[in-house]
Amino acid sequence: MTAAHHPKAAAPPALLSVQSLVKHFPVARGVLGRHVSTVRAVNGVSFDLASGETLGLVGESGCGKTTTGRAILRLIEPTSGRVVFDGVDLLGLDPGALRRMRRRMQIVFQDPYSSLNPRMTVGAAVREGLTIHRLAEGAEADARVRRLLEEVGLRAEHATRYPHEFSGGQRQRIGIARALSVEPDFIVCDEPVSALDVSVQAQVINLLYDLQRARGLTYVFIAHDLSVVAHVATRVAVMYLGRIVELAPAAEVYERPVMPYTKALLSAVPVADPRSASRRIVLKGEVASPAHPPAGCVFHPRCPHPLKDATCAEIVPPLEEKAPGHWAACIKEPIQDRAS
Amino acid sequence: MPLLIRNFRTSFYTDEGVARAVDGVSLTVSPGETLGVVGESGCGKSVTALSILRLVRPPGKIEPGSTIELDGQDVLALDDAALRHVRGNRIAMVFQEPMTALNPVLTVGEQIAEVVRVHEPRASRQEAWDRAVDMLDRMGIPGAADRAHHYPHELSGGTRQRVMIAMALVMNPAVLIADEPTTALDVTVQAQILELLADLQRRLGMAVLLITHDLGVVAGVATRVAVMYAGEIVEEASVGDFFARPHHPYATGLLHAMPRLGARRERLEVIPGAVPSPTAWPDGCRFRARCQFAWERCATEHPPLYHVTSEHTSRCHLAVEPERRGSANGPQRSRLGDRASV
Repeated sequence: MTAAHHPKAAAPPALLSVQSLVKHFPVARGVLGRHVSTVRAVNGVSFDLASGETLGLVGESGCGKTTTGRAILRLIEPTSGRVVFDGVDLLGLDPGALRRMRRRMQIVFQDPYSSLNPRMTVGAAVREGLTIHRLAEGAEADARVRRLLEEVGLRAEHATRYPHEFSGGQRQRIGIARALSVEPDFIVCDEPVSALDVSVQAQVINLLYDLQRARGLTYVFIAHDLSVVAHVATRVAVMYLGRIVELAPAAEVYERPVMPYTKALLSAVPVADPRSASRRIVLKGEVASPAHPPAGCVFHPRCPHPLKDATCAEIVPPLEEKAPGHWAACIKEPIQDRAS
Repeated sequence: MPLLIRNFRTSFYTDEGVARAVDGVSLTVSPGETLGVVGESGCGKSVTALSILRLVRPPGKIEPGSTIELDGQDVLALDDAALRHVRGNRIAMVFQEPMTALNPVLTVGEQIAEVVRVHEPRASRQEAWDRAVDMLDRMGIPGAADRAHHYPHELSGGTRQRVMIAMALVMNPAVLIADEPTTALDVTVQAQILELLADLQRRLGMAVLLITHDLGVVAGVATRVAVMYAGEIVEEASVGDFFARPHHPYATGLLHAMPRLGARRERLEVIPGAVPSPTAWPDGCRFRARCQFAWERCATEHPPLYHVTSEHTSRCHLAVEPERRGSANGPQRSRLGDRASV
């Protein structure tokens, strides 16, 4: 992909640069494991991210947002592309060097319960990273664990308890404390509040927000909920079938979306205002399978754009800068009306 | 007035004590109306839905004194045969996760046809099958005659939910109970399903009880809303009135805690603390430990559902002492200044 199609960070130099990232999963059938097709989960994703930014990565099930987050950290091995973190290409690192780099890059999962060892106390879980990366030991490690638990809104004495003794919101705080223990610069937050009730969700969003300010963290915040992302992201990337279809500063995406898909997605978000329901754009049909994405623009079979024509089924639209900092992958002139 | 629930209580007799999951709920759902029952995990909304169909299993128990009437008929007094006739025929239910509610080894057409044959034993196989296909078609499923031959796992989440709705509506029930029908779905698919439900209701005129955690969904499709907290209804009003003038501090707190699309990057208001345990609801007002307005009366006197207006009720003493709302930390706390719970 040429530089012209590579969305820049809000303020260079970039802490993270993802370039033409691809992750294909082979699909095998039968006893011989015959290769029958390829799921193109991530199909050429590029963006830069400056230190202190939060990129909201949004889209619906199967759009590739979670795979992108994991491929960036090499929790899933990318098929091709480059992931440059602070000047180092992660895909070229040997396991030892990657492990050292991982201290600076952490992940918070949707369900912290399944990522916490049920037989390990919360203190031991938070302390694990300190030991692995030889950051602290003995009394100093204990003191750090206590400080971390307090920083995420738990109590120091919680260190001796087990994960099952905590509520969903508290477990997410434990997962965050664990990620923070190694003093990372960058955290992939993968649907961190999706499993939580509204009132608890607000508490965890605020915590992530406060931690970012206090520690100068950089986030990739993966979520299907666009209203949650509005509260945390500085920029937003909308994904559909393995590609970024729109990427812009958060306010731009919400107030002046270019892509018909972004407009439909925004208009479908339920709003706690009975007067807003009439403005909904209901898309026809279903998302195609990522094993057989449509030719040309991946969204064209469902696209309501009035200028849609045969070329949409032929040309793969490049991600282009339609306005300063506002990137979109559509070959047609944007429709002027506001959808959301 | 098809569905009338009065003073309904469902308890779970567990080793940790008696969990009073539903603790004195009264509701009415009329034809052509969608009542949205909204609340967070553990508030009792789903247990209420299951109780109406008498689907609560031990250690759960519907307490004596509870009443459910369907068109004047006492549902709790029905014997098993009569209950089976009511379920699926007069009251039907749609669940959150269609994959667990559908039979994985039967095609979706067979499952819908089976409902017809159970309730109408004289219907032939062909008639039942034709009605199943017709229902799938009315659910907006393209190629319904072909899709009827598919198994649930071959369908997308949205289509499975359409199948569930087809199955629920095939006997043309008077009441549809939908328990988080779109929670597991993507937002654009949710929009399709909510539009379908609204359209079906307009045409069929049934009464819908919609259970959800999402006030946005309520605003979109419900005509009335009942907010549940700690086993009780704490506020009930028309949708327009509720969103324009929410009264109960829990309801206003929930509305403020919701992330908003139009928001700029900013902290959210939070409701401090957590829901109390259902084995030990606090005396007085159950929300008072989390409430910024709570005063002595809230600790000693369990608030009744006060009438704020003739059509709007709230289980908060502020209804009779409104001047208390003007106290030091009013409801419009600064979004940025609040550090209550973090």
